[in-house]
Amino acid sequence: MAAAASMVASSSFTFPSQGLRLPTRSHPCMKAQRRILRKDASNVIAATYELKPPPYPLNALEPHMSQETLEYHWGKHHRTYVKNLNKQVLGTDLEGLSLEDIISVTYNRGDILPAFNSAAQAWNHDFFWESMRPGGGGKPSGDLLDLIKRDFGSFERFTEEFKSAAATQFGSGWAWLAYKANRLGVENAVNPWSSENDKKLVIVKSPNAVNPLVWDYFPLLTIDVWEHAYYIDFQNRRADYISVFMEKLVSWETVNARLEKAKARAAEREMEEERRKKEEEWKPTDGDEDDEGLEMYVDSDDDSEAE
Amino acid sequence: MALRSLATRKTLTLGLNSTRLTQSRALQTFSLPDLPYDYGALEPAISGEIMQLHHQKHHQTYITNYNKALEQLHEAIQKGDFSTVAKLQSAIKFNGGGHINHSIFWQNIAPIREEGGEPPKGSLGWAIDTNFGSLESLIQKINAEGAALQGSGWVWLGLDKELKKLVIETTANQDPLVTKGAHLVPLLGIDVWEHAYYLQYKNVRPDYLKNIWKVINWKYANGVYEKESA
Repeated sequence: MAAAASMVASSSFTFPSQGLRLPTRSHPCMKAQRRILRKDASNVIAATYELKPPPYPLNALEPHMSQETLEYHWGKHHRTYVKNLNKQVLGTDLEGLSLEDIISVTYNRGDILPAFNSAAQAWNHDFFWESMRPGGGGKPSGDLLDLIKRDFGSFERFTEEFKSAAATQFGSGWAWLAYKANRLGVENAVNPWSSENDKKLVIVKSPNAVNPLVWDYFPLLTIDVWEHAYYIDFQNRRADYISVFMEKLVSWETVNARLEKAKARAAEREMEEERRKKEEEWKPTDGDEDDEGLEMYVDSDDDSEAE
Repeated sequence: MALRSLATRKTLTLGLNSTRLTQSRALQTFSLPDLPYDYGALEPAISGEIMQLHHQKHHQTYITNYNKALEQLHEAIQKGDFSTVAKLQSAIKFNGGGHINHSIFWQNIAPIREEGGEPPKGSLGWAIDTNFGSLESLIQKINAEGAALQGSGWVWLGLDKELKKLVIETTANQDPLVTKGAHLVPLLGIDVWEHAYYLQYKNVRPDYLKNIWKVINWKYANGVYEKESA
């Protein structure tokens, strides 16, 4: 037991099957993960994920969302996701990864691994609490409102569509407003000719723990439509819960701040893409296309390849 | 005058025709089945508040939406609007499934004074011992599956008619048991959607699963089993 523990601590190249809880079919993604670890091998520390409290007291959203709901939803449900996440990550190759990295690795392109549910739900709930504030609701302004008008026609149409998405997510799940940079409407498809018009706001809904991070979108706003989110206050009346959320709880300030970050990251990635394309043009042609690409990304400062 | 009556006759004929069409297609509408017991009769295992909401709100909504979807489907088929036909499939599966599943569920539970909770006798009791070793072992497995189900869904005890054995299965959302296998017959379904237990058990689904066995109607399950394995 002690030997296994020290092996995990000293080496970042532990094989996934050795005493770890990940199923062997995770090998393809474990390969990708080991590469991530190789990049910063010095940073393999056992990080535990903590339950962050909402940015307001548990009774601050009354009467629109009761303290009792917050006590269960945050105090029990969210807390359990974080607890389970720590349990599932301990002693595995997922240890030390950021929450977002765990989400993308364990999403495994749709062939979801066990830790995904805990990780994604931990992230989703953090995001959800921050999407609300006491005295929230109303209308957004500035750039955000302009984009909403551009991509949905009007704020009223946006609200209608968002409420409809939340109401028609069958079973458990979430509805989102997200910023889609240069991704096409199809999963994993990148638009090579991205322009200003492709940086769109979209409304999406997702089942259970899935969130738009897995489609490489930038989430801006979410509403939890698992029954536990509204049952104490609204019982079966999900539509009423959604209306109250829009009218009294949404923190447009937070959404705005997220949009700014999303635009900045999108611009960063565009510049990175440009840089990579230029380097591709200068590179001598070699045999193995795929490996070359990946190695370039990892060892971008290594000049020994360039001629 | 003649023209007017011609027009009227035409409209009349059209009206009659469409009625005939509807009648020949026999668009059935569904309605909420009555419960064979009072809402409070399953306490303390399941609260009366939950039973009433579950039956009058949730099940009723599935039926209302199922009827609506069927009507829209009927129209779309008549108009040859194939894309709408395709679009409606998920609403039909979801709401129709909700109606089917809950109709079974109300028969799966019964008040204690009507033998709810009484262990299965007859051929089902024997089959359970054969397939799972004991009733306790079966219950343990079903509860484990039910607790582990992510999101919303059902946990089932089913009969595989082809392989002639009992199976434990879970389905997501309102998918009926047949979606897991065409020869699967539901004997017992336990709703693990949060609405089935939240007001009473909150996040502690395992407690709900532990307690529901006190009101499980094995007589019904045995009846289905005997009929389907004949």
